[in-house]
Amino acid sequence: MSELFPRKQIMGFVFSLSLTAVALAVYFLHLSFAIGMFVLVVTAFAQALLQLVVFMHAGETKDKWIIYGKVYFMITVALVTILGTLLIFLWDM
Amino acid sequence: MDFLDRFAVPNPSIAIYASMVAIGLTVVAIFAGLTYFKKWGYLWREWLTTVDHKRIGIMYLISALIMLFRGGVDAIMMRAQLAVPDNKLMDAQHYNEVFSTHGVIMLLFMAMPFIFAFMNYLVPLQIGARDVAFPRLNALSFWLFFFGAMLLNISFVVGGSPDAGWTSYFPLAGNELSPSVGTNYYMFAIQISGLGSLMTGINMITTIIKMRAPSMTLMKMPMFTWSSLVTNLIIVTVFPVLTVALAMGSMDRLFGTHFFTTTNGGMDMLWANLFWVWGHPEVYILILPAFGLYSEIISTFAGRNLYGYKSMVASMVIISALSCLVWAHHFFTMGQGPTANSFFSITTMAISVPTGVKMFNWLFTLWKGKIRFTVPMLYSIGFIPLFVIGGMTGVMLAMSAADYQYHNTMFLVAHFHNVIIPGVVFAMLAGLTYYWPKMFGFMLNERIGKWAFWLLSIGFCLAFFPMYITGLDGQARRMYTYSEATGYGALNMVSFVGAGIMAISFAIIVYNVYYSVRYSPRNISADPWDARSLEWATHTPVPEYNFAITPNVASSQAFWDTKKKGHELFSGELEKIHMPNNSGVPFIMGAIFFVWGFSFIFSLWIPAIISTIAILVCLVLRSFEVDHGRYISVKEIEETEIKLRGVN
Repeated sequence: MSELFPRKQIMGFVFSLSLTAVALAVYFLHLSFAIGMFVLVVTAFAQALLQLVVFMHAGETKDKWIIYGKVYFMITVALVTILGTLLIFLWDM
Repeated sequence: MDFLDRFAVPNPSIAIYASMVAIGLTVVAIFAGLTYFKKWGYLWREWLTTVDHKRIGIMYLISALIMLFRGGVDAIMMRAQLAVPDNKLMDAQHYNEVFSTHGVIMLLFMAMPFIFAFMNYLVPLQIGARDVAFPRLNALSFWLFFFGAMLLNISFVVGGSPDAGWTSYFPLAGNELSPSVGTNYYMFAIQISGLGSLMTGINMITTIIKMRAPSMTLMKMPMFTWSSLVTNLIIVTVFPVLTVALAMGSMDRLFGTHFFTTTNGGMDMLWANLFWVWGHPEVYILILPAFGLYSEIISTFAGRNLYGYKSMVASMVIISALSCLVWAHHFFTMGQGPTANSFFSITTMAISVPTGVKMFNWLFTLWKGKIRFTVPMLYSIGFIPLFVIGGMTGVMLAMSAADYQYHNTMFLVAHFHNVIIPGVVFAMLAGLTYYWPKMFGFMLNERIGKWAFWLLSIGFCLAFFPMYITGLDGQARRMYTYSEATGYGALNMVSFVGAGIMAISFAIIVYNVYYSVRYSPRNISADPWDARSLEWATHTPVPEYNFAITPNVASSQAFWDTKKKGHELFSGELEKIHMPNNSGVPFIMGAIFFVWGFSFIFSLWIPAIISTIAILVCLVLRSFEVDHGRYISVKEIEETEIKLRGVN
């Protein structure tokens, strides 16, 4: 049964669609810029991780440490870049 | 005529017309030669469609050398222009184009392919693999780089070269202040070759992680492979930033968006920010493989194992992390406050610590070694003091308060040439000499090579050390002339003489290749330098499958163990070997990308649409293509092995 019904993938698909719907709602709900941006950033990261784990099968092989290691490194660098840019242009300009 | 006007060079001179004629004649000569010697089929079968990492490596190498000469000619022109005050050799516009293309070509189309040449050639050999993880993607990477480079190189005869510096800062690079198509060339040529670099990054990481010989753990990898792994990790991290920044810049120039404009909510400073988020790690992308090559060479010619293997690895990893934290030191004077500047000052200075660790490791490797002063070793030994001078001036520049004095002066120019030439160029020449016998089956002449080394080093010091002084005196970079009253004349003349000596040295290197092709003995062993790591354990020339039997590795110096400690590298029976098939699609896709870039540069929308569709068609066809590769039979392997081993 579990071969015919890949629970993890289908749940992932549903979750992915709902994340998309939430992100899309930002456009229709006329939220403030800050809240809208916050929702978009959170759903974007969740969506990316979901795709990586569920549909690109990260973590299913024994070299998962290197895959997750790289992902964490990239997220760290992305956050550092964003925070650094904010430091330069907003907080200390 | 209106249509054709756009292809005209905006500021023609006799030199440009002469170049057009020269390019035309060269193309005709190449075509005629290929036809006369009936080499079209050979070229297509053996090179243009190849997926062999060794051949792709050699093609990168040749491209890099050609670009080195193109960029070198630009450099000589600049030094000639500045040699005397109020010089009229070039006008301001021509000078702007020359220094912009010099920077782009030297960094992206000389240094990058040079490191990719060594990565492609060496990494699979050093880890005991048959090829890279995605051989066909590797070919595509090369052809994207190649056609990107060609696209930039035609700019000076078709439409005009980029003239906003290799950094191409907005708003100067915007349509208003740079109306010619030159900056479009910059955006698209770098975009196309940058995509290739990104693919190489993914390819190399996968190769190193997944394709090592089973006995080779990460901490048993040769140092060059470690440096490649770290480098490619940085490539994958930062090249997407460049891709996005270039796409935004292109849209600003072609479609009227306002990402980097000064009006309508655009922010020109964001370009500088994004550019250096990529640009600073980029210099570590160039220097880390160079460090890897130096580690291999110093250890071989000192006759000792590399001192502090673990600290070498750790320092590279730390450098890679820190390299993503320092980008704002390129624009300390842009207007941000002392908090931001202090942060980036401190991170910048922190990088000198792991770099210093590496320096001491090399020195301790040399300590009590039986040093052989071959040409690659001379470059490596020359690198250490010269690079340290460049590093120290780097720490001076890292002090944000003092940077207000140094910023945009020749002091900065002297600094980065002082790290890049002894760091990267020396490493590439050392690596070229060191691996030449493995690649081509004969050695380069040592005596001529030593002449080239000494002239290059002396020329380098004469060319760049005076710039430190004129820079501190206030000579600005990128100024096409200066008055006699400034007093910069004498030192700039010294620089010009130094640049001339460097040019002579490169001419000697070319002569050395010619001389060695004619006279160098061909009966050398597969290990002419008495080297230590795995790439020397296979035959010369390297068979297409690299190793008939996957080697069994016990340390990072597997070959040395075999020679001195009786370690058995190859055991077991021959088995048939699975190899990838050649494919012409990467070359064709590269050519289509060339048309694609050209169409966008000149806003030719119909060819742009057609070539976009053609690229997509290539991608879709690849997805549905079934290609299981081919097998080399045991009999064939035995024949090759016997032939390469000689009498046995």
